[in-house]
Amino acid sequence: MSKVVGSLREAISAAGLRDGMTVSFHHHLRSGDYVINMVMNEIAAMGIKNLTVNASSLFDVHAPLAEHIKSGVITKIITDYMSAGLGKYISAGIMEQPVEFMTHGGRPTAIMQGKTPIDVAFVAAPAADGDGNCTGKIGRSACGSLGYAFADAEYAKKTIIITDGLCEKLEEPSIDGKFVDFVVCADEIGDPRGIVSGTTTITRDPVGLIMARDAADVIKYSGLLKEGFSFQTGAGGASLAAAKFLMDIMLEEKIRGSFGLGGITGYMVDMLRAGCFEELRDVQCFDLKAVESIRTDPRHHEIGAFEYASPANGHAWVNSLDAVILGATEIDTDFNVNVHTDSAGIIMGGSGGHSDTAAGAKLAMVIAPLFRARQPIITDRVNCISTPGKDIDVLVTQYGIAVNPKNEELRDRLIRAHMPVVSIEELKAKAESLCGVPKALEHGERVVAKVIGRSGEVQDLIYRKK
Amino acid sequence: MGGIIKSASAGTLESSDAFVEIFPAEELSVEISSIVMERFGEAIEKAVREQLSECGVAAARVRVADRGALDCVIKARVETAVRRAEAKE
Repeated sequence: MSKVVGSLREAISAAGLRDGMTVSFHHHLRSGDYVINMVMNEIAAMGIKNLTVNASSLFDVHAPLAEHIKSGVITKIITDYMSAGLGKYISAGIMEQPVEFMTHGGRPTAIMQGKTPIDVAFVAAPAADGDGNCTGKIGRSACGSLGYAFADAEYAKKTIIITDGLCEKLEEPSIDGKFVDFVVCADEIGDPRGIVSGTTTITRDPVGLIMARDAADVIKYSGLLKEGFSFQTGAGGASLAAAKFLMDIMLEEKIRGSFGLGGITGYMVDMLRAGCFEELRDVQCFDLKAVESIRTDPRHHEIGAFEYASPANGHAWVNSLDAVILGATEIDTDFNVNVHTDSAGIIMGGSGGHSDTAAGAKLAMVIAPLFRARQPIITDRVNCISTPGKDIDVLVTQYGIAVNPKNEELRDRLIRAHMPVVSIEELKAKAESLCGVPKALEHGERVVAKVIGRSGEVQDLIYRKK
Repeated sequence: MGGIIKSASAGTLESSDAFVEIFPAEELSVEISSIVMERFGEAIEKAVREQLSECGVAAARVRVADRGALDCVIKARVETAVRRAEAKE
């Protein structure tokens, strides 16, 4: 029997959504997503209030949610990442209840363990059949992996698929129709141009290239770069350049790795095709080349967030990672990293998989310029601990490489390789000699967000901007 | 050192630069906007005033739009703006 219903409103009614319930969303359409706003506008028009929104990430395109917060439609948000578009409103204190930030591994774990139950999950699917089988690999809005939506679809009391690509029977769905209650057709679920992250191109900045080359060399001399090597990198310009330098080293030394993990970019696809890896494990595609690859290359596998990064899953892929390259807005002398707030203390990001991969990987590397627009990145204490310093091994900057004292072996290896190893205190002093010492930030009294560590504990608090 | 005899500017609004404008005036005034105002506002004003003093400017209206420039950049932009404003046609 077909699960297709005539309208979004009909599906929401049939799912039994009422005041005080929890709705969930995933973020594979990234900045091109139309579905979250479409659904929340419809819910608001139906007069339903006091909802919890549990979304794997929220981008600038979702800033209109601020209106639903002000009108009482949304009273709580749980998410892994929130860009500045909505973050600036949260930091200004428009919500009574603090936002709860989770990690990409912690979120599905909490859903599956019933700690953050979902009443109605909304899954944006570029292609779906009448039974609710769906995939992101094909369709006009193709976004590749749907990995962050797996736990939502499986564990929500009701699951609604919203698609702009209704098709005949899908043989190899990402999400099985047995988890789906209703299918709704929309004219468009997203803007394909917005699916590509703004940062998925290699940096041309010479400072970024210096750091990228050093980052690749740190991996080379870490002792980990050998047969079976596994790797993940973020989508920042310098991280991608590091992946390119790493590929050159692997090809030159004929090293065949095992898997590339994570949010996958075209650069990781290049590494797969060049023989650097046997396979890719993909929870999210960052660009259209990755989407094309997951559709056509059998070595490019879609994985769910629980499989990717859950702390409750001993076999999570992050635990098999050799090296991960990560970013930071701030890092302190204990190597704690902030990726939640900007230098003024305003919410502009979130952990995503940062803390999960840092905890799992043998080598967790942060790559960041010593200062950005006069703002030193190294502080005595970060404004928000997104990833604890115990999980970070090394910081690469254009003025030198600081190894966490807990990893003596790595420091010794890099020194033997004549890498520019310095202490993190020296780097901090260097930054302050160039930039000056920034005045301490003052924040308000009220907590606007809680950062939940990957094991479920409150790791830090973010305060209202004064 | 001549006085500020006309309006002039130096610098850009690129990240890590500053755009400095200077206008003839009866007395000295400095107006600053910056993307790092909260954490470096006082340091920026100090750098601007130090450079104006170094250049012997006692009277002018100076407007700085800072995009996270280091002190050395701010001072260079101020000095250039001053010299342009002093120049004879």
